[in-house]
Amino acid sequence: MSRAHTHPMVPAKQAVPSVGPQDAVVDLANVTIAYQRHPAVHHLIGSVRRGSLTALVGPNGAGKSSLLKAIAGLLPLNGGRIEIADRAGLAFLPQVTEVDRSFPMTVSEVVDLGHWRRIGAFRRLSDDMRERSRGALADVGLRGFDDRPISSLSVGQFQRVLFARLIAADASLILLDEPFNAVDQRTTRDLMALIATWHRSGRTVIAALHDLDFVRANFPECLLLAREPIAWGRTSEVLTEANLATARHLADDWQSDAEICAA
Amino acid sequence: MFHDLLIGPFADYAFMRRALVAVLAVGIIAGPLGVFLQLRRMSLMGDALAHAILPGVAAGFFLFGLDLWAMSLGGLIACLVVALLSGAVARMTSLKEDTSLAALYLVSLALGVLIVSLKGSPRDLLHILFGSLLSIGQDGLILVVTTAALSLLVFALIYRTLVVECFDPAFLRSVGGRGALAHMAFLVLVVINLVAAIQALGTLMAVGLMILPAAAARFWVRSVGAMVVLGSALALLAGLLGLLASYHLDLPPGPAIVLLAGCAYLLSVCLGRVGGLAQRLFPGRHLQH
Repeated sequence: MSRAHTHPMVPAKQAVPSVGPQDAVVDLANVTIAYQRHPAVHHLIGSVRRGSLTALVGPNGAGKSSLLKAIAGLLPLNGGRIEIADRAGLAFLPQVTEVDRSFPMTVSEVVDLGHWRRIGAFRRLSDDMRERSRGALADVGLRGFDDRPISSLSVGQFQRVLFARLIAADASLILLDEPFNAVDQRTTRDLMALIATWHRSGRTVIAALHDLDFVRANFPECLLLAREPIAWGRTSEVLTEANLATARHLADDWQSDAEICAA
Repeated sequence: MFHDLLIGPFADYAFMRRALVAVLAVGIIAGPLGVFLQLRRMSLMGDALAHAILPGVAAGFFLFGLDLWAMSLGGLIACLVVALLSGAVARMTSLKEDTSLAALYLVSLALGVLIVSLKGSPRDLLHILFGSLLSIGQDGLILVVTTAALSLLVFALIYRTLVVECFDPAFLRSVGGRGALAHMAFLVLVVINLVAAIQALGTLMAVGLMILPAAAARFWVRSVGAMVVLGSALALLAGLLGLLASYHLDLPPGPAIVLLAGCAYLLSVCLGRVGGLAQRLFPGRHLQH
């Protein structure tokens, strides 16, 4: 089904995870995403297995955020295809800096947005949904915060609220863009525990992350990206010295006079 | 006394009744639109759009004289062109959007004043810049009231989507919300309401009832819904009182209305419960938790 992509600049590429078609939640077929005509992600091929817990790592500017946004349908592709088995089950957590934290809304209003797919722009929240929202707030350790304005929360508390929104959304495919940036250690630990329960209950999670030791400790699978895929598979086999060195080298390689890619 | 001050002018004069209906129609939707201009940090953009109307209105005037429909159509076209151009200029060149907006609105103002003075008198120019609320006719009234009614309807339809689009656009799109569509509809509402308000308040003052009541409302309440209601109420109040002030003190109505809205804003900055100056300077004893 999937095959390793070869590129002259990338030595000793590891095979991408081999997944049967019925198991693939996200299928990436030669995906290219460009930013001002320079590729942010280049010829990415592979599949994300249902129920897998994958970390997306790479240097700054490696295209992690672009890839997540493309999977979420927020960025257009310059080439290739992305197939999603169940688009209605997808939920995306933007970087906390991309959300307006001073916005005049209460905690419960934000969590209730998790029900958007069921209520859309016009329908009412049911009592059931409200109940779910309250339960989600309890799950992230913010019981009783319902009526607090979000502008009064710390970054860590705000990130907990956004996680509660993901719980309310009841998504089967969860995309997290740098979920632990600017978040304190205790929050990181609590939220990682939540992600682990999602994993155990069979949900698929892909998270863009920076901290390699944290990834080694918590994420069984890993995609190392440096504008092109360096390696994808079991974390211990992906995060090797050689692969990381290649990633660093490629990420620095931005040429303003780059030639048109023929691949 | 009370009757003479508040009711008499409207009971005695049909032009005052027409002016009242017009200014209330403008105000009821201006407040809510202003709240979202503010939440999207687009207040300056609204101002620039209002200025951009001028050369269009002036061109209508130049070709057809003081004709309501020609001037409104001219304003509408100019406003839409500038709304599209400013976005394109910001995206495609290295100029920041605030600079491109400032450039556009200076040029618009100069061009508009130039075109009007080519043909008209200083009196015509004053009419176009500051409105002619007291001489608004049947056509003008129909235009303003129809626009307000349709706008309220569309606003209600896009309201929830627009709120989420302001707060977290990426999440909204990832769960299938039509954020971009709501944003476009919102911009169109702003443009047509600015154009509809030309008659009542003039091209320079039209945006005043959007920005000022909404800015004042933010100092008193904490939810978007409350801001929308309060913004609308303040705009209506400024319209009513401004009109009366203009009658009793013989002031031009457009500036009187906008100045009153400005007073409400100033008071709110000083006394507002949510982040007002008084609250910052005298925060009171701190709480236990």
